[in-house]
Amino acid sequence: MQAFEYVRPQSLREGVQLLAEKAGRARPLAGGTDLLVQLRAERFQLERVVDVKAIPELNQLVYDPAVGLTIGAAVPCYRIYEDSTVAVLYPGLIDSASIIGGIAIQGRATIGGNLCNASPSGDTIPSLIVHRATCTIAGPAATRTIPVEQFCLAPGATRLAPDELLVSITLPPPRPNSAGRYLRFIPRNEMDIAVVGAAAWVALDEAKRTIVDARIALGAVAPTPLFVPEAGQALIGTDANDAAIAAAAEAARAAARPITDMRGTAEQRRHLVGVLTARAIRGALARARGEHVPVLALH
Amino acid sequence: MTATTATTTAATTRPTRPAKVHVSTRINGEDVEFLCEPRQSLLECLREVIGLTGTKEGCNDGNCGACSVLLDGRLVNSCLVLGVEAQGREITTIEGIAPPQGLHPLQQTFLEDAALQCGICTPGFIVAAKALLDREPDPTEERVRFWLAGNLCRCTGYDKIVRAVLDAAALMRQQRAGTAPDGRDGQAATAQPR
Repeated sequence: MQAFEYVRPQSLREGVQLLAEKAGRARPLAGGTDLLVQLRAERFQLERVVDVKAIPELNQLVYDPAVGLTIGAAVPCYRIYEDSTVAVLYPGLIDSASIIGGIAIQGRATIGGNLCNASPSGDTIPSLIVHRATCTIAGPAATRTIPVEQFCLAPGATRLAPDELLVSITLPPPRPNSAGRYLRFIPRNEMDIAVVGAAAWVALDEAKRTIVDARIALGAVAPTPLFVPEAGQALIGTDANDAAIAAAAEAARAAARPITDMRGTAEQRRHLVGVLTARAIRGALARARGEHVPVLALH
Repeated sequence: MTATTATTTAATTRPTRPAKVHVSTRINGEDVEFLCEPRQSLLECLREVIGLTGTKEGCNDGNCGACSVLLDGRLVNSCLVLGVEAQGREITTIEGIAPPQGLHPLQQTFLEDAALQCGICTPGFIVAAKALLDREPDPTEERVRFWLAGNLCRCTGYDKIVRAVLDAAALMRQQRAGTAPDGRDGQAATAQPR
């Protein structure tokens, strides 16, 4: 691996400064499950690696009914799915955190890192999008907040400036009678990169019959994870009947722009979008009605 | 202007390799100190710097699990941890699995159930399985297979490995309850052939 300097700041201010000093030639290290692989492949030429795991703001995992769930960018996946509050309030997020890689990867990998890695197939990103998550970003001069669906620009590229650090991701407090669901298609049962990922989130009225709000997002079918507003729109105001779900799935299929690569053909991916979107919607609906829908990953 | 400054460029004034870092850690219950460059993975440090070669390199990118170790009790791929990140942490490697006397039940059942052929994946599987059984004393077969999804084996086809883990879980439950048969109660020495 290329030689680099390793620093471990104890504060957010110090961390931003250490990044800014070497802007463009320094990157943050959280779980390392993407960065170390990329360094060995010489995807970056770095002089400095900034280990952000000692920065308090990046380690918080806090639920506040007024704010929602704040997940520090360096919080590993296992902390998310072992948290009983998160499991009850945001099962759609648990779906994602439980299926990145395998157990050993989840011991280190973070959803902040998954987002910053900006893979088109990142398993947490469609879930974050449908849950209306926002990113808090710190730079030398200011802190800003943007919606997750605006964060990724292209494969591996984000809106972060070279001297900015993702601090945390915030999911708003769950609406009553709402829930999300994330599903993906992979060749094996674990460890693979998503061929297609689909996240759905729905909110039902008090009678738990009519969909009053819905969001759909897709992974691995566009250069970035894809928020599909029209698919959610196809569900709103309906009683979640088969025709509405089919319309939403069709809208998602139409929006997908998959490529053919070693993980699948564009045609297969388009087909999978339709299937997984419908299943994700049904899973989200069941959860919104109070039913237990287990995560794929047998936790 | 001296000859030195005339030929000095940015490339020659920047050190080509940062200084080595001193790391204090605890491995298999013993305090260990070592020097490493920041770029050396924990896997490389264990094998090349410290001399604990039980942990294996398979893929070096987090896909095969041959490098599995426990970091503060958590199962991780040591190829994806920097050696410098071990500072102040507790690491368990395959060398630390056996009790003071004899074999860990996992080692015993892996031998008895023929759960290894070439053995290169075996340290990783045993460490990973130990992480599971330490948390879940009575896992289902499906749970075992899911937990071990990050450990690849080219020789055995996995079935005997899964059986060995389930047999070890049963043996550990017996040992804890004091109902293990003689010679398998965790007190005696080596595995007996069946």
